Amino acid sequence: MSKPKFAMYWAASCGGCEIAVLNTHETILDVDANFDVVFWPVAMDAKYQDVEAMEDKSILLTLWNGGIRTEENEHLAHLLRRKSQILVAFGSCATEGCIPGLANLSSVDDIFATAYHTVSTVNPDNIHPQPVFRVPEGELTIPAMKPVLKTLAQVVDVDYYMPGCPPESHQIAAVINLVIQVLQGKAELPPKGAVIGAGNSTVCDECKRKRDVKHITAFHRIQEVAPLDPELCILEQGVPCNGPATRSGCNARCPSVGAQCIGCYGPAEGVLDYGARLITSFASVIDATEPAEIERILDGIPDPTGQFYRFNLADSLLRASTKAWKK
Amino acid sequence: MSEKFEPTIIGFTCNWCSYRAADLAGTARVKYPPNVRLVRLMCSGRMDPTFVMKALAGGADGVMITGCHPGECHYIDQNYKALRRFLLLRRTLAGLGIEAGRVKLVWASAAEGVHLAEEITKLVEEIRALGPLNWPKWDEQAEHQPEPALEVAA
Ligand code: SF4
Ligand code: SF4
Ligand code: SF4
Ligand code: FES
Repeated sequence: MSKPKFAMYWAASCGGCEIAVLNTHETILDVDANFDVVFWPVAMDAKYQDVEAMEDKSILLTLWNGGIRTEENEHLAHLLRRKSQILVAFGSCATEGCIPGLANLSSVDDIFATAYHTVSTVNPDNIHPQPVFRVPEGELTIPAMKPVLKTLAQVVDVDYYMPGCPPESHQIAAVINLVIQVLQGKAELPPKGAVIGAGNSTVCDECKRKRDVKHITAFHRIQEVAPLDPELCILEQGVPCNGPATRSGCNARCPSVGAQCIGCYGPAEGVLDYGARLITSFASVIDATEPAEIERILDGIPDPTGQFYRFNLADSLLRASTKAWKK
Repeated sequence: MSEKFEPTIIGFTCNWCSYRAADLAGTARVKYPPNVRLVRLMCSGRMDPTFVMKALAGGADGVMITGCHPGECHYIDQNYKALRRFLLLRRTLAGLGIEAGRVKLVWASAAEGVHLAEEITKLVEEIRALGPLNWPKWDEQAEHQPEPALEVAA
């Protein structure tokens, strides 16, 4: 009997999610034992034409990693949706835009200007990418950038969401094992649209640090608080910690080793706008009632938009700054 | 000349003070522009920043949040919480290109119908000066147009 087919693809992403899958150690052998890997650019050679030639719905499971930033990303999203029975938005980039989604704070022109024409790049010939380019031999094309980055679900129908930047390896292994169990008739798939490989509460809920409702009078950067109390809540020590709005599932990995949660598991269950929830959480620990005093304390968060939307901007209610879309 | 821009403003008002103030302004026939659509909350402390973002993303040009004067909240200190949320929200929205003047916090007691009417009139003028916000309706957006081909000399 032929094995069910597996695919994994990367769009606007860093590649870390692929590494996280490979980092599941022996579970990766289970993938190989139970699936026929038909398309996975990081691990094997395959052409888009090969995917186009496949029968619709012939791939059982596709893990999609990355946001939709270019026409190529968009084309592949539609293509793999058509070819797959189960499409999983895998990792923060696919589910909520993640770091690539922060580019929604700038216009495409500014992104290119910064990348190609500032000190960040040595570019003596002033090369600037063009989507279409005519040369004597014919026409060369590269995929054009879309005006804003979108999440996978903003472009195609998604079956499951797996948060995390990247998802924790033990969570990936658990999801792969579940699918194998389903194939063997020993388990059932979760309902469509479910968040898989994560918890249903908040990082704070999994965090062992003590909260004693201490109100804070200043925010600090973590390196300015030395030493950080190892037992107490980091937020209550005045260091912005995104745990209160962030989905559980990582066992509070960062606070347990003395770093603040920056929110890579995305919004907790029931949170409509991640940043809005954090604004509420932070506002409730500030110990001040006078506008000038509150403003002084807030000066300790130099980039609130980045603090509150580092991972979630592309999936937030507002999605992008006016710079990205206002003509 | 185009027609005068009539901003849409959503007002989140506290039941105990400003909602009554608006009522009072109405019964006393104090005139104020009809641009503000009031949403009654039990207290300004119920004002979730999510409401403001939803209003702006959904087409509002501005938002007004109103509550009882400091020290007069029926739930003790919830209006201070609203103040802190408001100040942090305004900074966050600035990072998304939304001008500070589009979101305003006003204290008004139940007896201050005239004061509230004046604040509304002022806000409408300020937002009219800023122009429409026109946040994109992302899900209805037209698909991307292909770029024209560029020529390069051989
Ligand atoms: S979610 Fe994180 S690890 Fe995964 S591709 Fe995006 S940036 Fe990389
Ligand atoms: S705010 Fe951070 S440190 Fe405090 S309990 Fe939550 S996750 Fe732990
Ligand atoms: S603590 Fe926060 S930032 Fe760290 S892994 Fe967990 S969700 Fe991600
Ligand atoms: S009851 Fe009016 S602001 Fe709290």
